[in-house]
Amino acid sequence: MSVEKAVADAHRREWALVLAATARVAGDIDLAEECVQDAYVAALEAWTREGVPDNPGAWLTVTARRKALDAHRRARTAREKMPLLVVPDEADGQGEPEEIPDDRLRLIFTCCHPALAREAQVALTLRLVCGLTTAEIARAFLVTESTMAARVTRAKKKISAARIAYRVPGPAELPDRLDAVLTVVHLVFTTGHTAPIGTDLVRTDLVERSLELTRMLRTLMPDEREVLGLLALLTLHDARRATRTGRDGRLLLLEEQDRTQWNRTAIADGTALVRLGLRGGRPGRFVLQAAIAALHAEAPSYAETDWGQILSLYDVLLQAWQSPVVALNRLVAVSLVCGPEAALAGIEELERDGRLAGYPYLASTKADLLRQLGRDSEAATAYRAALALTENEQEQAFLARRLSALSPQPDTPR
Amino acid sequence: MAQYLILIYEREEEYASAGPSVFNEVMDAHNRFAEQHAGKLRGGNALKPTPTATTIRDDVVTDGPFVETKEALGGYYLIEADDLDEAIKIAKNCPARFGGVEVRPIEVFE
Repeated sequence: MSVEKAVADAHRREWALVLAATARVAGDIDLAEECVQDAYVAALEAWTREGVPDNPGAWLTVTARRKALDAHRRARTAREKMPLLVVPDEADGQGEPEEIPDDRLRLIFTCCHPALAREAQVALTLRLVCGLTTAEIARAFLVTESTMAARVTRAKKKISAARIAYRVPGPAELPDRLDAVLTVVHLVFTTGHTAPIGTDLVRTDLVERSLELTRMLRTLMPDEREVLGLLALLTLHDARRATRTGRDGRLLLLEEQDRTQWNRTAIADGTALVRLGLRGGRPGRFVLQAAIAALHAEAPSYAETDWGQILSLYDVLLQAWQSPVVALNRLVAVSLVCGPEAALAGIEELERDGRLAGYPYLASTKADLLRQLGRDSEAATAYRAALALTENEQEQAFLARRLSALSPQPDTPR
Repeated sequence: MAQYLILIYEREEEYASAGPSVFNEVMDAHNRFAEQHAGKLRGGNALKPTPTATTIRDDVVTDGPFVETKEALGGYYLIEADDLDEAIKIAKNCPARFGGVEVRPIEVFE
């Protein structure tokens, strides 16, 4: 393996570990980041000279921590100026690999602290935990690099100025704080899974990153059932990745997808995780969503899906998580169990509720129900509303096809 | 240790229309809060309502508060806390029945 490849691999796999362990010594995230970056640069040279070490992560951590300590020695006053995080450990960074504490959880809980805006949490997690560059994050979220850089800088300043602690929350706060972490990781996945804007439906890099993050969380918190739930959910969704678009890049609905192409190994893995997550006490929202995804994944066809059980899972989910998006998804199950008329009544209720105003799937679901009921002219209006709200070109094309397949509307200009 | 200001923003008109019993309840709640966090409190005051405010901007003196909003700054506590989590924990106990509170770290100039 070439040294470049070894360094790139270590960057992908070990970044969070190295940065988290270095942050403890550096006492400041910016300094830690700088030292970790320097360590990767140093690795390229040292590994070319001396060969790739057995434990690249430990090598990088020791090197980065030493750089952080040097920086502190050079500027003793820096510690007072940077009140963030823990008091730097005077451990000299020479320790054996097993002595370096695994601080990745502290790092991710800090990045996802509720005092930070959601978009800042996402940006910080990708920057600090995944080691993505600001430019890469900016590309993934389709904002300019300077916008993203400002967002990251603002968030880091707040961590430092407001003294957001570098710590894993205690048992009392853990459920809420963990939920915030899982929400961020899920958001990274959904952004990748259905890119909100642009020409491609899926952005694989974000999907991969979110899966890696969830696997990391599972290793670090093996007893948290919601972590299992999220891993199951992402695994099951991702098992359908290859079939979500046709050869021409066209969006395919669940009912149109070629189920023989679904990744059966991933489905078996995801389903096993769901079973594990359902064990013991009331399941949380991620386990329940994964259970629903598992039923879809195991169904031989759309028509033969166990819609009754899916509907009862949605009922439980809606109690655990009163989200209008869940309510909307539940209505799809209602339409298959009780018919489109019953679901349409629920849609109208959601419209009055108002929280989903601007959410394209509310309009597109309504359109679909109206189409099934043969109310084509109302369906056309709803499809147009959905079209105006979505910015993903594949989804726009799909809605446009649906719209043009309706019977001609003499009363509405086209 | 760091210092934070808990700023209490509430809808003034609700106090204006509330009776003495509400006022007493609020005072009791603040007394309880002050007692509960006595070790962390470094100061605090209620402010007179915004009609008593005078704004000075570019040397021009005008009546009224700096910004007209539904919720006005009605009082504050200065607290000491290890970090934001502790400050938030304290601020969550701060009474603000007609609004909410904002937590701001105190700037330290070196």
